[in-house]
Amino acid sequence: MAQKDRTVLTGKHFMEGDVACAEGAIAAGCRFFAGYPITPATEVAERMAQRLPEVGGIYVQMEDEISSLAAVIGASYAGAKAMTATSGPGFSLMQENIGLAVITETPCVIVNVMRGGPSTGQPTKPAQQDVMQAKWGSHGDYEIIALAPNSVQEMFDLTIEAFNLSEIYRVPVIVLGDEIVGHMWERVTIPSKEAIKIVNRKKPQVPPEKYAPFKPDKDLVPPMATFGQGYHFYATGLTHDETGRPRTDSAEAQRKLVQRLCDKIRKNEDKIVKVDRVMLEDADVAVVSYGVTSRAALSAVRKARQEGIKAGLLRIVTVWPFPDKYVAKIAKQVKALVVPEMNYGQLVREVERAAKETPVKFLPKLGEEPHKPIEILDALRRVHK
Amino acid sequence: MSKEVHPFEKYLRGGMIPHIWCEGCGNGIILNCFVHAIDDLKMNTDKIVVVSGIGCIGRLSGYTNTDSYHTTHGRAIAFATGVKLANPGLTVVVISGDGDLFAIGGNHFIHAARRNVDIKVICANNFNYGMTGGQYGPTTPLNAWTTTTPYGNIEHPFNLVHLAAASGAVYVARWTTLHVRRLVESIKKMLQKEGFAFIEVITPCPEIYGRRNKMATGTEMMNWFKNASDIQNNSDPAKAEISSERIVLGEFIDIEKPTYDHLLRDMISKVQKKIEGSEQE
Amino acid sequence: MPMRMWRKPLDTEKVKVAQGEVHIIKSRCKGCNFCIEFCPKEMLETSEEFNERGVHPPKVKDKSVCALCSFCEAVCPDFAIYSVQKECKDGC
Repeated sequence: MAQKDRTVLTGKHFMEGDVACAEGAIAAGCRFFAGYPITPATEVAERMAQRLPEVGGIYVQMEDEISSLAAVIGASYAGAKAMTATSGPGFSLMQENIGLAVITETPCVIVNVMRGGPSTGQPTKPAQQDVMQAKWGSHGDYEIIALAPNSVQEMFDLTIEAFNLSEIYRVPVIVLGDEIVGHMWERVTIPSKEAIKIVNRKKPQVPPEKYAPFKPDKDLVPPMATFGQGYHFYATGLTHDETGRPRTDSAEAQRKLVQRLCDKIRKNEDKIVKVDRVMLEDADVAVVSYGVTSRAALSAVRKARQEGIKAGLLRIVTVWPFPDKYVAKIAKQVKALVVPEMNYGQLVREVERAAKETPVKFLPKLGEEPHKPIEILDALRRVHK
Repeated sequence: MSKEVHPFEKYLRGGMIPHIWCEGCGNGIILNCFVHAIDDLKMNTDKIVVVSGIGCIGRLSGYTNTDSYHTTHGRAIAFATGVKLANPGLTVVVISGDGDLFAIGGNHFIHAARRNVDIKVICANNFNYGMTGGQYGPTTPLNAWTTTTPYGNIEHPFNLVHLAAASGAVYVARWTTLHVRRLVESIKKMLQKEGFAFIEVITPCPEIYGRRNKMATGTEMMNWFKNASDIQNNSDPAKAEISSERIVLGEFIDIEKPTYDHLLRDMISKVQKKIEGSEQE
Repeated sequence: MPMRMWRKPLDTEKVKVAQGEVHIIKSRCKGCNFCIEFCPKEMLETSEEFNERGVHPPKVKDKSVCALCSFCEAVCPDFAIYSVQKECKDGC
């Protein structure tokens, strides 16, 4: 009797965002989840606890978020696709190990369902206050990839994308959801297993004697060996050379390693960055938005068009690396940019930097209510004059 | 002149010896005993993963010719848990220090022991934080002089074997780096036993700890071990004191208990059978 | 101190004490003295020569007494000393 394959729940569903994220992970091949409950990401853990045993995967609830990410890194090095899910306070705890994942080039996915901060803040209310932390939270110079879903369907799709990117670039990828996208219920279409594109990490093409664990290919990404296959390789959080040996003495080693870890993402930006360009071809004002705010932004832009304002929307899907080129391009074209965010000024700084001389109108929102379309429409009306 | 080749050379990572440890440091003896145990058991080194944390002993994972990982401070056990659960066919050994395992890493230690994750933990207890110059830690004896207790340590130290036993470890032992034969046998036992196994190894740190506490050389510290050691196998770990007069050594705990891995696999297979069963209906 | 027996064991002729040969990798020695201090036969002592790190490695005082206990090998933190079985010459 063939075993029922429960890995991809193909079909149309009505699902919670966190649950869709868990399903996306399992569909992407995730078979290891280590986490700690935290509002509003707990449902990801609960779904994983229920579903992973069905597909032969492992759910372990660690004692805190620090050990959760450490276990995820360990599982990844043992060959599994591994993930954790948390919110602000847990994300802060994970920062040191994000640095470890970066320097040991560990593929892994970290879901941060953002809530009101700082500190314990408002656990049950949405926010977009961890955007800068996603890029700069750990110490040292490094680059990571962060994706911002704006719907339950995207919680599914972008989690798969996150796994693929983490495998291709051997880097931790952060799925930056928020409490609204995480807790709301929407229609999700899960495609057939064959229709889902999965990418796996590059494996070494040389025998163990010739393998240097951190020697990159032309794309700046080294092939990754797995524990237990005879490679006897050494990975350390210390600055190291291509053989993995610690080089705490050498400026040259530090320069080479740090630059490659950053260039690995920066030089491959064109393949990584994803945006949604809506009605931008003839726009003379535009909204730059991401995550849950972009839903209201889309509505505002449509209403503006009805009023005769040539408005457009640049929806950022890849928050990091920041889509500089796309913002710069649209900035040259329009009179002004409107940036609504559920925080007191985070990604807007990147927009201002990329937009250079073009005026940027910032619309902050703190507290549980996301922007109403009318608020963004009003801003569009004002900058359009 | 024939080239001298140490019998355990093949277990050492090429180009890394001589290691960074001081003259008289016992960490090298721990490395020696560890590879000796692997050699005695003729283990397949392809399937051994050595994980270490931050500290002098943390460098050990770089010296073994195995798959090795050097984690952030205190997180070796958490990392090792991930490795072992994702690939239960591996033998995962954590070798780290008293600060890494019991100060910053204390929480991870007690939970891994509680869960009975099948990992092996060797703690090099040198009574201080050597790498950073000799600050006090959770095992520093009362009244000892360290750089951050310049007026004498006012904190009570942990009894590590008592802590490990109380947390649920299935194998708990304490030896010193002088008791090399028994240490090797203990490591062998630990490698062949299922469940969370812990060995505390008291090791000299003459350069930094010993020198400031009236034991300036490795041999003086090893002679302290020799004169004060009292082997009490199967005695109560709660009473296993360490003082200038008496160091209680031995195997304290050796029990059987279902491991986390077994319980996990059992649970997964039950869930999958249930799905198959419902499919048949 | 040698064992004192009140009669001679019947198999004294057959049972031989192992004979070992100590090898020292002088460049690795850091001068901790553990091997010298703890050799049960007290057959090692500090040499007069220097190695690359300015340390006096040990040297064998009396090679005939080595009983291949290998304690020096086991207690050396630096993999700088080891013992092997002496080549068998006369029907051992």
